[in-house]
This record gives sequence, C-alpha cells and structure tokens, in this order.
Amino acid sequence: MAKRTNERKLGALLLAGAASLAISASAASAGEFDGVTVNVMTFTGPQIAEPLQRRAPDFEKATGAKVNIITVPFSDLYSKLLTDWATGTNSIDAAVFAPQWAVDYVGPGFLENLTERAAADGDLMADDIAPFFREFSQKYGGDTYMLTLDGDFHMAYYRSDIFKENGIPAPETWDDYIVAAKALHGKDLNGDGSPDYGSCISKKRGAQAYWAIYSIAASFLQSQGTSQGAFFDTETMAPLVNNPAFGAALDVYTDTTAFGPPDEINLDVGDTRGLFTSGRCALTVDWGDIGTLAIDPENSSVADKVGSIMLPGSKKVLDRSSGELVDCDANSCPHAINGVNRAPFAAFGGWSGGINAKADDKVKDAAYAFFSHMSQPAQSNADVTVGKTGFNPYRLSQFADTKLWEEAGMSKAAAEDYLGAIQDSLNSPNMVLDLRIPQNQAYQQVVLDNAIARLLAGELDKAGTIAAIEEGWNELNEENGVEDQLKVYRSTLGL
Amino acid sequence: MPQTQTAAISRTEPAPPKFGLAEWIDQQTGKLFVLPAVIILLAFAIFPLLISAYLSLIKFKLATGGFSLNYVGLRNFKKLFYGSQQYHLLGTFDAFGIFEWTVFAAALALVAYWFFRFFTGGYFNIPGFIGRLITASLFIALLWLTLATVFGGHPGSLVVTLFYVTVGVSLQFGIGLGLALLCGQAIRGRNAFRIIFFIPLMVTPVGIAYMFRMLADMQRGPLANIWQWFGLGEFSWAADPWSARMVVLTGDTWQWVPFMFIVLLAAVENMPRDQLEAAKIDGAGSWQIFRDITWPSIAPVAATIVLIRLIEAFKIIDLPNVLTNGGPGIATESLTLHSFIAWRTQDLGGSAAVGYTLLFVSTVTCVSFFNFIGQKTRKTEA
Repeated sequence: MAKRTNERKLGALLLAGAASLAISASAASAGEFDGVTVNVMTFTGPQIAEPLQRRAPDFEKATGAKVNIITVPFSDLYSKLLTDWATGTNSIDAAVFAPQWAVDYVGPGFLENLTERAAADGDLMADDIAPFFREFSQKYGGDTYMLTLDGDFHMAYYRSDIFKENGIPAPETWDDYIVAAKALHGKDLNGDGSPDYGSCISKKRGAQAYWAIYSIAASFLQSQGTSQGAFFDTETMAPLVNNPAFGAALDVYTDTTAFGPPDEINLDVGDTRGLFTSGRCALTVDWGDIGTLAIDPENSSVADKVGSIMLPGSKKVLDRSSGELVDCDANSCPHAINGVNRAPFAAFGGWSGGINAKADDKVKDAAYAFFSHMSQPAQSNADVTVGKTGFNPYRLSQFADTKLWEEAGMSKAAAEDYLGAIQDSLNSPNMVLDLRIPQNQAYQQVVLDNAIARLLAGELDKAGTIAAIEEGWNELNEENGVEDQLKVYRSTLGL
Repeated sequence: MPQTQTAAISRTEPAPPKFGLAEWIDQQTGKLFVLPAVIILLAFAIFPLLISAYLSLIKFKLATGGFSLNYVGLRNFKKLFYGSQQYHLLGTFDAFGIFEWTVFAAALALVAYWFFRFFTGGYFNIPGFIGRLITASLFIALLWLTLATVFGGHPGSLVVTLFYVTVGVSLQFGIGLGLALLCGQAIRGRNAFRIIFFIPLMVTPVGIAYMFRMLADMQRGPLANIWQWFGLGEFSWAADPWSARMVVLTGDTWQWVPFMFIVLLAAVENMPRDQLEAAKIDGAGSWQIFRDITWPSIAPVAATIVLIRLIEAFKIIDLPNVLTNGGPGIATESLTLHSFIAWRTQDLGGSAAVGYTLLFVSTVTCVSFFNFIGQKTRKTEA
C-alpha cells in the first residue's frame, strides 16, 4: 500500500514535471543549448542532489543542455568550489550551496551577477518567493547572485501523539524542552518494546552541530529584533559568547545530550531524521525536512503524529549593557510571546544556485535556465512536498494553500501546523540571521564546531568552551580586519 | 749517438684524442640517464617540500580576482605551539603527579646512562654525539608531552599520532611475528592460514574503516545483539576518547598485521635449517631456539619492516577520518588528519605548519630507529 502511494506520488511528480517542462522550456527554447554541458556541484545527497539529478535529463531533452551533477561531502563543498574557482581551474560551471558563502565568492569575483537575467525572467515568478529568501538567499550587496531552491529555518518537532498521551504541552521554552525530553526519555515511543529517546539533535562534528547550538542560543542572545544580531556586538565586533546567555545555551545543549541516543555526538541530521521518523525520538531540532519526511509512507512511522513549532525560547535574555541575564518584560523582550522571547534562527538560509563568472557565456545561460527551471513553481511546488528532495517551502504560493500538502499525503491539520510554524518563524520580527561575514565558514564550521565538539567530548568545560570560541573568533576578526568585518556584519543586519 | 727514427717516434707524446660530439655525448651519458630520475625527484619530492615550507610561512586570503598569499613569518607555528591551536597540536596539559614524575625521572636516568655508555664505550665521535643529542631531546620532549596530556589533560594530534605509531606498530609486530612463527611450523592447513591472514592487506583502508564502523555500532550494527547481551547496548564507543582511539587502533592493526606476517614468515622460512636441527638434537628448548637462532636470523628483516611501518603509521588518516571524523572532539585526530582539516578550511599555512611538524618528528624518530636499533640488529646477525 505504502509502495503504491509512493509510486503514485512519483508518477504525479513526473507528470507534473513533464507538463511543466513544456511550459518552462518556452523560456529556454528547444535545442537552444544543444551541445552545451553544465557541471553543477552540490553536496552528497540524497537530499538536494536528488531533485537536481532527477530533473536534469528532462531539462536536457527540452533544451539540449547536458547537466552533470557532481556531489561532494558537505564539509568539502565550500573548499572544493573555492579551490576550483580561485586557482582558475574552473571545472565547475555552477553550484548549489549555502547563501552564507556568497560573501566569500562574490568579493573575489567568482560568482556571476544574475540581476539582469532574473529581472527579465518572468517564469521565475520572483514576487512569489518569500521576501526573506529573495533578499537574503538570492542577493548580496543588493544584486542577485543566486537563485533560491530551498527555504531553511530551524524549528522544533515533537511527537504530538506521545505528548498528548502524557499530558505534556508543546515546549515554549528550552526549559520546557528539557523537562519534556526528560519525562519521555527511556519510554517506548514506537511500540517495538525497547526504550527510546527524549531528544535527538545532530551533534556530530563537521556536520550540523554548530547550527543547533545557535538555535538554542538565539533566544537568550537576541531580543530586540533582527537588527540586534546574535553573533557579535554591533559596535565593537566583540563575540557575544562570553556572557551568561551563551553559557545558558551551552547548558541546554549539554543537558539535551543526557536524554539523547548514546552516540548522539556522532549523528548528523540524516541519522537524527531517521531516528525521529522511525518513532524513536520524542523531540528534535531540524530544518523543514522533518515535516515532509514524516509523511513518507516507506520510511516513516510517525505520519500525522508530528507537531511543528517555532524554536523554543527563553524567559531570560541578555542585557547587553550589563552583560547579565535579565527577566523578560516589555523593555527587555518587546517581541515576547506569552512572556517568552522567541528568536527563530534562519540557519543556513536555504540551498541556492550560483554560476561561475568565468564559465562560457552559453554555459552560463544554460546554468541559469536550469536553476530557473528548478525554482519555478511548477517544479518547486512539487519538490518541496517530498522529503527526500531536501527542499523546503520558500514560495508564498507554497504557504498559501494546504491542498498542495494534502495531495502529498499530509492531513490538513498537520499541513496547517507545519506551514504555520514556518510562517511564524518567517514573520518573526526577532528572527536571527545566520552569519554572513567573510570567512564565516571558519568562524562557524571550524572554531565554533570544534569548541562544542570538545565540550561534548569532555575535553572542555563550559568556561573553556566560551574562551575557545571567543579567542578563535577574535583571532579571525584580527586576521580579516576588525573594522572590515564589523562593516560587513552591520550591513547584513541592515545597520 | 744519433737518434734512430724509431726512438724519435717512441719519444713523441701521444696525440691527444679527438674530442668530438660523439665522445662528449658518451661522457654525458651517465648524467643523461640519471637526469629524468632527478627531474622527477625534484618535481614530485623536493619542489613540493619547498613550496609547503613557503606555505607554512604565509596566510591564504581571498582577494579580488582570486587569492593572495601574505607572508606572516613563523606565526602559523607560533599559533600551533603557543597560541590558539596549541590544544589541537599539543593538547591541554595537567600538572605532574608522583607517577608522572617517577616515569619522567626514570626516562632522564635512562638517557643519562645511554650517554654515559656512549662517552665511556670508546666509540665517541662528534656526529654520533649530535645525533644522540637530537634523539634524546625529542624523546624527552615527547615523553613530557605524553605524561602532561594523557594522565589528566587531553592529548593533541601529536600525542594521538604517537599512540597510533608506538602501540599500533608494536601490536602489529607482535601479532605478525606470532602468526609467522605458527605458520612456519609444519601444521595442517598452513597454506590456507597464510591466505586468510593476508586478505586484510588487500582491502582498501576506507573499506576497513566502514567495516569497523558497522561492527562497532552497538545499536544497529551486525553485532548489536551481542553487545546488548553484554549490557553494552547503551554504550557508544565513539563517545569516549579512549574507546574511540582503541577502535581506530584495532582497525589499523587488523589491516597491517598481514604485512608484518607475510614478511616475517618469509624470514622464518629462510632460516638455516641445519642450525635449528642441531639445536633440537642438542636438546635446546623453544625459547632458547627463538632467542639464539630465530631472532638473530630474522632481526634485520624485522627492523626493516618496523621501520617501513613506522614511516607509514605516522601518516595515518583514512581510518580516523572515516571511523570517527577525528572525534569525539579531537580525540582521534592524527597529525595528517589535523593537517587535512586545516587545509580543507583554507588554512593553508596552518596545514603546512602541521605537515612540517610531522615531517620533523617522523624523520627524527625513523632515523633514530634506523641508527640505534636497526643497525644493531645487523651487527647481531653478523
């Protein structure tokens, strides 16, 4: 039965793809790119690479352009692109990567400016892309350098059936999260007779752990709105880590480990997703993928048993002037909901396609046509409803109507819950933007990631972790120029 | 007496040989034949060494149109030995307790005795003294580092690499020698054992790493039921630094025992049979035969393969990379993995500095082993 449903979904996807191809092919006319080959690099899937690989042959049939999807491990993607483009090898014509990295790729002139192409591309329906993704994921310095293919936010997910059975409300704060995880840890959550876990968060080094820690820290650090920022002081560029707020986040982060799988520090999101959708976890923190993976009839045992919420918050926030944690009130937490400061973290920002400025003109055109084709509603509206694509909703039309999601196998209530959590995050005036300054990969994927990995391994205590992050970030600030970094940081916050 | 024409001719100096192109080419043939090898050596060994030496003194930075390489002097080394990356290379230190002081004092006494023997043994020479000084200095420094980080602190990639090298190579040699001695006996099915023991060497290290990763998975691996029966189902080997290091070591040992085994077996089988038979007839015991006949006979081969493994073991990267990704924390990171991770994050200078540290430690260790242990085994044989 499950297989048949899946086959129907795949068939519908292919049909929709074939039909839409006829429409989008009008933008890139048939045979326009005969003999053109485009090498596109992204990370080893199956997510993200899967829809690109699946749609590339159809695109070739319609336009003549052969699109090779080259995949590398996520931890290698940034450097592979950089070395290929910086050394002038230029074997990669285009890539699907983190919009955060654009700051390192645009400056040296590696990325093609797509502003004019996007403006002239009616099929892209740019107005349908949610403003945050249009401005943050696609643009740098006011110009368009990438096309958004995915909308990313960290959210929290819980087992709605188990919470209801045990009379536990959905967590509003991180304290609630810990209490619920503790209460449900060790209970059999999937009926297989073995004890399961209260919380599953990806904490593997070199994977996604550094986003998880900031998803927790966000609500302790930022309360005055997006422009306040959560990484550095906007006047001095001093790291916002040596304070009780970041310390409280580290406590939550380590506390959740006690209620997670024994090898949680070795799990990436692929592993935690597998555990959650097989019913082994009561809570998790993840991007939008959980919502669609949960309805995959082949691999999920928690369809319609998943609650989606904006990231939990805190009733205490950092007072930047005193450097202390203070209780939430109208002044300290102007955007609080029920007295709780919520700060949804736009972790990663969503996979986006960019084009090598040194590629041949015809190849650039073909690469643009391919990314545009992938982003157009006809393709995107289907892809975002399928878990294995790794693409999450980012178009207004994808939030507007639950029918799309019901057709994909989600109940109306679950669709409303899922889309509601994303929209709440997206519309929050206190959203925390991911770091987007030069060498942000070194700040996050090296310094922050190493420090929290050593914390979990017992190599560092809380104070040592804070000191390691502060020292590493200050060192990077000095190497890159404190004033230069501050200028870019402020501009990303709209200051 | 008038000179005869013959005598005049005999006194005439022989005409110098004609120095034509053919002769010149003939003289240069040797150099010409060597030239390709020299060019290849320069291109693939010396040039990268020089370039990486240069890279260890620079900071890579992205710039308009590509990148820039800014000279920063010894800053990359300073960062590794005294700065923000000290924890990564050297580890975090703890104060010495009684045990550490005792071991350290014993090691100092041993080194002093070694020098005393050198001075009074009648073979003192300046190069030998300098060589011993370098070896002793490195030995004392590494021992201090090990004692300061393993018992209380947290070892960095240097000590972790030394752990893989010393414990790993010792284990591999011990097991390999044991198996070689067993298979050297006239036992039934020894040919089958030889093939079975040799198989791990043929498997790619990444395959071995994935295999051990699956085997060590106590929740989902093929041996999960056994682990759970022992009550270890909720234990994660990858979450504990020493258990993670032990799994890396086990995988490395499994892979390299066959190398030791196959070479030592050849050495065991080539031993002079007449000596063995004479010893048996004279009533010598197994241990006596091993100590007085087998070991002196295989010692040069043993020293050579240990040297080869030492050089190779210093470069371990694949197993910790795939098995644990260097974790938990940085607990299983070897120097090569440390260097690779730095390179992957565009810290080319830091990566080269780690590489040069590895080069220094491995070269001094291997040359010391060759001079002070390898040479002695040859003398024993003689």
